[in-house]
Amino acid sequence: MPKINIVIDGHSLQAEEGTYILQAAKEVGIEIPTLCYYPHMVPYAACRICAVEARNERGWTKVVTACNYPVWEGLHVHTNTPRVLNARRMNLELLLSQSKPVPVLQKLADDLGITEPRWGYGTDTCIKCGLCVRICDEVVGAHALAFGNRGVDREITTPFHLESEDCILCGACARYCPTGHIKMTDIEGRILHSELLLGPNAAITIPFRQAVPNVPRIHTNQCIHMKTGGCMLCAKVCPKECIHFDDQDEFEEFDVGAVIVATGFQDFDPTPMLQFGYGKYPNVISAIEFEQMNSAGSPTGGKIVMENGKEPRSIAILHCIGSRDQNYHKYCSRVCCMYALKFAHLVTEKTSAEIYQLYIDMRSFGKGYEEFYQRILDEGVHVIRGKGAEVVPTKHKRADEGDLLVRCEDTLISKFREIPVDMVILCTALEARKDASDIARKLNISMGADGWFIEAHPKLAPVSTTTDGVFLAGVCQGAKDIPDTVAQAGAAAAQAMKLMSKGEIMMDAAYAVIREEFCSGCKICNDLCPYTAISYDELKKISTVNSALCKACGTCVAACPSGAIVARHFTDEQIYAQIEGILA
Amino acid sequence: MSFEPKILGILCNWCSYTGADLAGTARLKYPANLMSVRVMCSGRVDPGFILGAFRSGADAVLICGCHPGDCHYVEGNYKCMRRIPLTKLLLKGIGIDPKRVRLEWVSASEGNRFQQVVTEYTEQIRALGPFKLSDWAFDPEQSDPSDNGNVAHALENQPVATR
Repeated sequence: MPKINIVIDGHSLQAEEGTYILQAAKEVGIEIPTLCYYPHMVPYAACRICAVEARNERGWTKVVTACNYPVWEGLHVHTNTPRVLNARRMNLELLLSQSKPVPVLQKLADDLGITEPRWGYGTDTCIKCGLCVRICDEVVGAHALAFGNRGVDREITTPFHLESEDCILCGACARYCPTGHIKMTDIEGRILHSELLLGPNAAITIPFRQAVPNVPRIHTNQCIHMKTGGCMLCAKVCPKECIHFDDQDEFEEFDVGAVIVATGFQDFDPTPMLQFGYGKYPNVISAIEFEQMNSAGSPTGGKIVMENGKEPRSIAILHCIGSRDQNYHKYCSRVCCMYALKFAHLVTEKTSAEIYQLYIDMRSFGKGYEEFYQRILDEGVHVIRGKGAEVVPTKHKRADEGDLLVRCEDTLISKFREIPVDMVILCTALEARKDASDIARKLNISMGADGWFIEAHPKLAPVSTTTDGVFLAGVCQGAKDIPDTVAQAGAAAAQAMKLMSKGEIMMDAAYAVIREEFCSGCKICNDLCPYTAISYDELKKISTVNSALCKACGTCVAACPSGAIVARHFTDEQIYAQIEGILA
Repeated sequence: MSFEPKILGILCNWCSYTGADLAGTARLKYPANLMSVRVMCSGRVDPGFILGAFRSGADAVLICGCHPGDCHYVEGNYKCMRRIPLTKLLLKGIGIDPKRVRLEWVSASEGNRFQQVVTEYTEQIRALGPFKLSDWAFDPEQSDPSDNGNVAHALENQPVATR
């Protein structure tokens, strides 16, 4: 782009040809007030507040709108002359004649020294700047808004004043309306964008602070571009052209020497346990929901509040929801006792709520855990031995103490208790992911009845699986806490490294061998082998086994009609000897 | 003393043998009538093994493999699944009750199931009584020592039953 020399308020500068005064002024830090300007769009000059004086070297002058007056060689711009200010005042007073003194206009009026507009104030809040219409057309591309009527009746509206089906509820019009004329209201059955802005839910965000890779990603169901093909503002402002809207998920194939399975777990859904009222009473929440609320990045900013935004006066923490339960999971989830105690500690730090822990057995098994339990006891948390039986609304009974009534048996004092609380946290079980069986099948590893993957040996090979080169780490192998997971992951990594650093693999001595003198070349075995380890030697007219591919299953051995194949270490002789010996 | 059957168990290394091991580590009790032999895969089970077992004095043979679809060797158990019914036909033909051979799927995590299967099968065989060569007399002395109990060989040495 060729550069053009211009002067703004005595500052000489170079501006790109085809740009407008407003942009050039912004670059040298001269603020020109405007209401209807938005970058990335064709300027419209509707508000006319950006009036400036253009002058050439011979003294010709003219008041122009800075937002859409292109720069030319030798242009002198004055932004602060009495003529300019008068023009702005006049334009603002005309705007005020149709609009109420909304804050943005009032501030401009104060800046320009207007105390009493000559033509009074209007009753509308729309100044017909058209920013909303242009954003909807040019940026969003939804074309849901338009100017309607003419002259004094001109207005911003949706076509035929009807609820627009083209509106994608992106909220851009409301966000950029300078006077706040446009408000987002709920449309039944469609999610309102203003709600999505409660949390970090913009269409382009970094998923979470520690995300790897730590880069923003586009949420395709919220991105305006994905809906209308317009917008692309993020791509326009990105200095490195990193944003590609047409990127698709891709499947890549890697050759690897080892696989570490660390697929983790899923949270048990307590909805089917009707007695706890999860999903029925808003203040019955699961442990992970409490963690989310407690996080500093949560919509509540880390405050522990009930659904109505008030701080709870008392909280019951119910252990073993779905674990140690004959009807759901028989195993102990191992982590719940300690995180429940942690919750109690966090709640006492942040609120003055009374806390009740309802447990079956307190399993504070790790290093320093029992000490932490003692500390929680000292903090005055009520620890009740007895599983929470049900959660019901208090109704009239003790309603002033809490909306929910937790019923339980305190087995230490042999009494039934009813505890009124404001909030209930359910410590839900860790359970195997529902797609764990797919992974087990894909990697040919075994899975227990409760869905956890089975290690090759519980003591001697705790991270290996029955498939060579596949290792287990973390909760996918069984419920465990973070230290155990890290330890197991380290072991799995070391096992994988061992394979890789050696550069060679020890093969099992068990594999099938074809005795050439007996092989008739019938090829029955060739199709039986799932590893294609058997091939037919055209020259010798016999089949041969590739011992590196053979996994020693022995299927071919049992099938060979001439008994020519020998499974090393599982020969027919050996097995018959075993059978005879064992039955003798 | 009541009849204690001898049952030969042929267990696949990856599922059933591990399942039996699990039953052991879990201290689950199952009848001591089962004597197990480990093979790498149920696909390794040669029908000759079954005949050999009966020759060696077994009252029944229990073959256990991985559940269909779970085979460590992809499809070895399917091969077994097709061979066992054929073997049973053969047994029927030579006068052995096909109930004396049973194929079961037991996965590595099913220690309980292994216990149940063995207990139940032992009871069944106990009710059935000792294995007798009723129609078919086989003399091990006459057979070729190098013969590995191959079915074809075993049948060759026998007079063909008149139909």
